[in-house]
Amino acid sequence: MSNDESGALARFGVTNRAIEQALGRVKVSTVDYADLYFEYCQSESVSMEEGIVKRATKSVGQGVGVRATAGEKTGFAYSDELTPKDLNIAADTARYIANSAQGTAPVPITHRPALARNLYPHDRADIEVATCDRVTLLNAIDAEARRYDPRIKNVMAAYNTEYKVMLVATSDGLMVGDIQPLSRLQVTCIAEENGNRQVGTFGGGGRIGLEYFQNDQRYLQFAREAAREAILNLSAVDAPAGVMPVVLGGGWPGILLHEAIGHGLEADFNRKKTSAFSNLLGKKVASEVCTIVDDGTLPFRRGSLNVDDEGTPSSRTVLIERGVLRGYITDKLNARLMGIPLTGNGRRESYQSVVLPRMTNTFMLAGESDPKDIIKSVKKGLYAVSFGGGQVDITNGKFVFSASEAYLIEDGQITKPVKGATLIGSGPDILKQVSMVGHDLKLDEGIGTCGKEGQSVPVGVGLPTIRIDEITVGGTKA
Amino acid sequence: MTRVIAEQDYTNIAQDLLTRAAKHGATASDVMVADGETLSVQVRMGAVDRLTKAREKRLGLRVFFGQRSASASTSDFSRESLERFVAETCALAQAVVEDPVSGLPEPGQFATDFPELNIHDSTKLQTDQQIDLALRAERAAFAADSRITNSEGGECDSSSGRIILANSHGFVGHYANSSFSLSVSPIASDAAGMQRDYWYGVNRAFAKLESPEAIGREATRRTVRKLGARKVSTCRVPVIFDPEVAGSLLSHLCSALSGYALYKGASFLIGQLGQQIAPDFVTIYDDGRMSGGLGTRPFDGEGLPTRKQAMVERGRLASYILDTYSGKKLGLPSTGNAARSIGESPSAGPTNFYMVPGTTSPEDILASVKQGLYVTDLIGFGINMVTGDYSRGASGFWIENGELAYPVEEITIAGNLKQMYANIETIGTDLVFRGRIASPTVKLAEMTLAGN
Repeated sequence: MSNDESGALARFGVTNRAIEQALGRVKVSTVDYADLYFEYCQSESVSMEEGIVKRATKSVGQGVGVRATAGEKTGFAYSDELTPKDLNIAADTARYIANSAQGTAPVPITHRPALARNLYPHDRADIEVATCDRVTLLNAIDAEARRYDPRIKNVMAAYNTEYKVMLVATSDGLMVGDIQPLSRLQVTCIAEENGNRQVGTFGGGGRIGLEYFQNDQRYLQFAREAAREAILNLSAVDAPAGVMPVVLGGGWPGILLHEAIGHGLEADFNRKKTSAFSNLLGKKVASEVCTIVDDGTLPFRRGSLNVDDEGTPSSRTVLIERGVLRGYITDKLNARLMGIPLTGNGRRESYQSVVLPRMTNTFMLAGESDPKDIIKSVKKGLYAVSFGGGQVDITNGKFVFSASEAYLIEDGQITKPVKGATLIGSGPDILKQVSMVGHDLKLDEGIGTCGKEGQSVPVGVGLPTIRIDEITVGGTKA
Repeated sequence: MTRVIAEQDYTNIAQDLLTRAAKHGATASDVMVADGETLSVQVRMGAVDRLTKAREKRLGLRVFFGQRSASASTSDFSRESLERFVAETCALAQAVVEDPVSGLPEPGQFATDFPELNIHDSTKLQTDQQIDLALRAERAAFAADSRITNSEGGECDSSSGRIILANSHGFVGHYANSSFSLSVSPIASDAAGMQRDYWYGVNRAFAKLESPEAIGREATRRTVRKLGARKVSTCRVPVIFDPEVAGSLLSHLCSALSGYALYKGASFLIGQLGQQIAPDFVTIYDDGRMSGGLGTRPFDGEGLPTRKQAMVERGRLASYILDTYSGKKLGLPSTGNAARSIGESPSAGPTNFYMVPGTTSPEDILASVKQGLYVTDLIGFGINMVTGDYSRGASGFWIENGELAYPVEEITIAGNLKQMYANIETIGTDLVFRGRIASPTVKLAEMTLAGN
């Protein structure tokens, strides 16, 4: 299957002429930029609980979002009907901000670049896989988790798959389309022993198909991991409270970077000077062992994109280089207003939402320390390897992320598992506390969803094992 | 976007889908149709920042083949597409296994009375009118204090929508609702840095929305008082939750009382029905028919009548939050709390869920604390619904001798929700509805605060 835009156009049943006319209507002289974003999205979810797959849901939707930007203003309208009349009405609504009569000359589409690469080629879309094949996987997960330990009392698993076709036509004369598959498998286990009940979760996915989960029986490993975490938490002790050294394991703990600095480096907050990172470009915001990038070009990754939702190819952007703040991630509006490069980070949840600068896959590059030495270096602290969600207040820079699997470190040894606890810190300061970075960079399994202004987009994170000298751990044991 | 489809047309589409599903062999089915229009205006620094206008519609179908069931949704209402949509939904139902508990509610249980609930106000705001309201709110925020130096902007939204539900037992119901909201998010700065907060009003009736000036002033009051925030040392102290964050404690209670969490073993309140879970001065209601309420509706996501019911009565857990399915799993009748996203099978959720006010003023609650924490903001997701373990990022004020001494930030508060409900010490008199879940000020006897 190809990702060419002509195939996409045919799907939407829209003519070139209708697009050029609608663009012409909205792109008047006082409008700096306008685009039409067509989207078709089909998703299917099957879920299993109490040993049976009893829920299946499916959703199909398509529509167009029309956007005009003039100075700092954005006018936006969307429609779930795609007739020329609907396009024109949306175009007129989006143009409202320009205080101008409709444009009359169509905007010609002059540039139809073929995708330079396909980061997520697929023989057939996962959505075309028979539902019963996914059901088979879920049934095996239940059996595997219960086999892992008889104390596993309930297993829940869900397989979500999405097939999105997008096509963006811009007032620069660009038209580009992409097909973006996305799948995720998530397992939750509940363990019980003498009235003590605990939960464990594990999941993964990406812009991949069913084969990914089948390879090496990865789905069974997901089941065992979720079961292992639940059983482990049966013996967890109260988490400590207060400031202490914390070692983060590789992979998903990279959510630290996403919350602590990633959001703060999104261009919109910095243009508006509402970010704790505003005016820190070129300044030292992390220790020298930290180099952090946002990279939308990794094959098959959940956060990856061939092109962003404005048709800009995704890229690898260095955010922090050896501790120094190097760059922001941008969309067209903010890159234009700030006079900085386009990084291909203009993303939207759907045709119903506006484009915002968003992260793709955000991770820290590997360092030189041996992970074992990092643990050994801590006399008394916490080793956190798995996390739930996180959140940040962009303006004061305070961020949190919550551990779901963590251990005490005592005299350089990992000892008891502790109950989940929230870690809290300040974005512009926390990376200065990173004193050791392991050589074991790991990307997460592909479960992240980032929320901003009510819009959710899939993202990835990654981290080697790192040591943070001081961070506040929010346990109950004062 | 100008086409307006009459309610009757949607009802016809719904009936048509039920008939088609039956032709495909479905033994029962239900259809939900929703449409709506929204106009959202965001302004920033005295100018329009973003304007969004849209009209949308969506339809969800759930089919049963005996005890197999599947759900699907689409925004494409064309005849050809709907025929394929019904066929695909029916095919999907064959892929799942039989679930002995599944099914529509019994005939005879459905809502038959549809009283006026005051949830729809047909006022249509003009774009310029909404721009003006948002600008006034932001202007009022700036005017209230010179330390307001920047802004995340003001926002004024209006929306209206309709819901139509029909099923193969012959139930057909519909209602319309509306919502008007206004908010502003100012940023204050001083030598130590920036702080942001916000304030908002939301109402189903435009005339009842607070004035932009009042919203702007309150936003600024909440923002500037955070300037100069610092960390405090780790300790165990009494904690007062302001009404905004006290509501989050009720949200967690709703999650724990959801029939789905309970039968899956994923709630810390399993087996607590009829037990004392809070002191005897704590009473909590869920009222699906509160006039003008943001959670008000005449019938739930399955067509069952909504009602007012005690959830916690004098500290005793009086009811779970149930729809038909989760009720059957627990051997209980539905409480009329089926929540429904278009194209999903029902879940269970609150309508208007609130704690009955106490007799102590918020000022007197504050005065009762010698040393402690007054929480105004909570961030993060550190809540384990299976165990009730609770650990969240917090900011607010340090209390010294009954007064707010200084703002604090970068701390966490931790405990266990089960113990936290039991540790409620005082409830304020200040209940105001700003959402579907509302609480007065609440004081907890003690929590662990982690800081320096």
